[in-house]
Amino acid sequence: MSGQLTITQLQQKANDIRKDIINSLEAAGSGHSAGPLGMADLLTTLYLDIMNIRPHQPNWSERDYFFLSNGHCAPVQYAAMAEAGYFDKSELKTLRKFGSRLQGHPERTALPGLENTSGPLGSGLSQAAGVAYTLQYLDKQLHRFVYAATGDGELNEGNIWEAAMFAGKYKLSQLVVFIDRNNIQIDGSTEDVMPLEDLRGKWESFGWHVQEIDGHNVESIQDAASMARAITNKPSVVITHTIPGKGVDFMEYDYKWHGTPPNREQAKAALRKLRTLNGKIVGGNE
Amino acid sequence: MSDYKLNPHYASEDVKKEPIRTGFGRGLKIAGKDDENIVALCADLTESTQMHMFRDEFPERFVEVGVAEQNLVTVASGMARAGKIPFTSSYAAFSPGRNWEQIRTTICLNDMPVKIVGSHAGVSVGPDGATHQMLEDLALMRVLPNMVVVVPGDSIEAEKATIAIAENGKPSYIRLAREKTPIFSTEGSPFEIGKAYVLRTGSDITLAGTGLMTHQLLLLARMLEDSGVNAEVLHVPTIKPLDEEAILESVKKTGRVVTAEEAQIAGGFGGAVAELLSEKCPAPLHRIGMKDRFGESGDPQELLEHFGLTAETMLPHVQQFIDKVPQYKPGY
Repeated sequence: MSGQLTITQLQQKANDIRKDIINSLEAAGSGHSAGPLGMADLLTTLYLDIMNIRPHQPNWSERDYFFLSNGHCAPVQYAAMAEAGYFDKSELKTLRKFGSRLQGHPERTALPGLENTSGPLGSGLSQAAGVAYTLQYLDKQLHRFVYAATGDGELNEGNIWEAAMFAGKYKLSQLVVFIDRNNIQIDGSTEDVMPLEDLRGKWESFGWHVQEIDGHNVESIQDAASMARAITNKPSVVITHTIPGKGVDFMEYDYKWHGTPPNREQAKAALRKLRTLNGKIVGGNE
Repeated sequence: MSDYKLNPHYASEDVKKEPIRTGFGRGLKIAGKDDENIVALCADLTESTQMHMFRDEFPERFVEVGVAEQNLVTVASGMARAGKIPFTSSYAAFSPGRNWEQIRTTICLNDMPVKIVGSHAGVSVGPDGATHQMLEDLALMRVLPNMVVVVPGDSIEAEKATIAIAENGKPSYIRLAREKTPIFSTEGSPFEIGKAYVLRTGSDITLAGTGLMTHQLLLLARMLEDSGVNAEVLHVPTIKPLDEEAILESVKKTGRVVTAEEAQIAGGFGGAVAELLSEKCPAPLHRIGMKDRFGESGDPQELLEHFGLTAETMLPHVQQFIDKVPQYKPGY
């Protein structure tokens, strides 16, 4: 997919994906709003620009891998996959419904293109590390990369640090992990629930190359991925600072939107915010 | 007569003994020669679990993950996604004891052909005590959709079972024991996942065993013969999928069942047979195994006797069961 869209086009696609997230959550009547909106720029850039994938050939033998570790952010993964062409956008309205391929949390066996089944936190990083180990040491396919995304609350899990130690030991340089650093988890601020800082220092001490970026800046995301791919003696982690609920001002920074979908009225208001970039664009039918 | 080829010396004092885990070690090495996609991962117990045989032969396909059982199985899940057939080993108390949710989500629901090798199961672990004597693994693994559960009876069968699960393309659990135990099967004995085997035919009672307990049931059958009871011995090395047909065929003939396992009877092999019988052939059942309690430190033989898991200590209970309970006749 690499490099076919301009920065402006990617920004527009991210905005479209946010609208798709709002629409699918409203149709579902349950699900998570804040995290998916916050990760929209990251997943848009990964699926539409960074990753070497063929959406019409999901198991293409030369593809890059993507592991979503915080499975509750499924709505953004589904919307990005639909935008990339894995399936038709109309299917997004089936999110969380009986018989849908878009299960409440991603199930690999339900939807071609998913690399893992996730939801219970903390295990996606290990799975990504298992693929990265295989590519680096067993199959020796050094041109393929394994991307993963985790939440920040998820870093409370011991399994994450087991994986961090493992990837550090084996210098899994084809592994690139984005931490969605939005500072909230269900019970409140991450630093109140279970402090993560010094987050950079933690990962560095585990042998990782660490970058910190603005997770809503498409160019920063592209540059971080390029830098991570250029590092050949360490795994890479990108602390991706995001705003939960990004793009819909009444959802931003508010952890009550972590596990709540918009109702019809709220969805209409949210779509208006996204159309007008929170009121910055005036005109048309607004 | 059963056509199962038993070791002719199975009842002798000097029957050959070998740890079941050793058969696994050999089997993995053989499987590794046959298929280069087989990889092995261990959580700092490589010699204890006998995975060192594979490691020494194929060092480039062995991955040491350290004392991290959650990472052990999830890294394996990823390697399976990349086309490998990963075997993961630790003590059963830690894997699948500690990492059950990871096995459920990333291996079973995700349907990845990862093999969970749980060594040092049962009270026969001995002096290490209750923390290391895994008794709940059968219940934990048996309830998982997609999971295959195998409990080999001796080291020869463990070798065959290891090769079989390497080829089955499914999430699989294999349970191993630490101590040397008698070899009752032979190289020529059959092993197929999902099959139970009649080791001795009889008409008065079915003695169904899994793992090393099958040998004790063979000895028990000889003791019962002395008191005029003609017992059938059924070896059930696969707990899931359970060979319902073989069990029902035997029970319809004998009308009474004893199960034996070195695990909690609740949810374990006895539990599986109880579920089957109550639905399809409600014959009287007596379950031998651990009854809602933990083990403790001691010499393995001493512990097996203490918990009533040897032929001699089972005999009075089984005799009493036979004396008290009439044979079930289908059609009651």
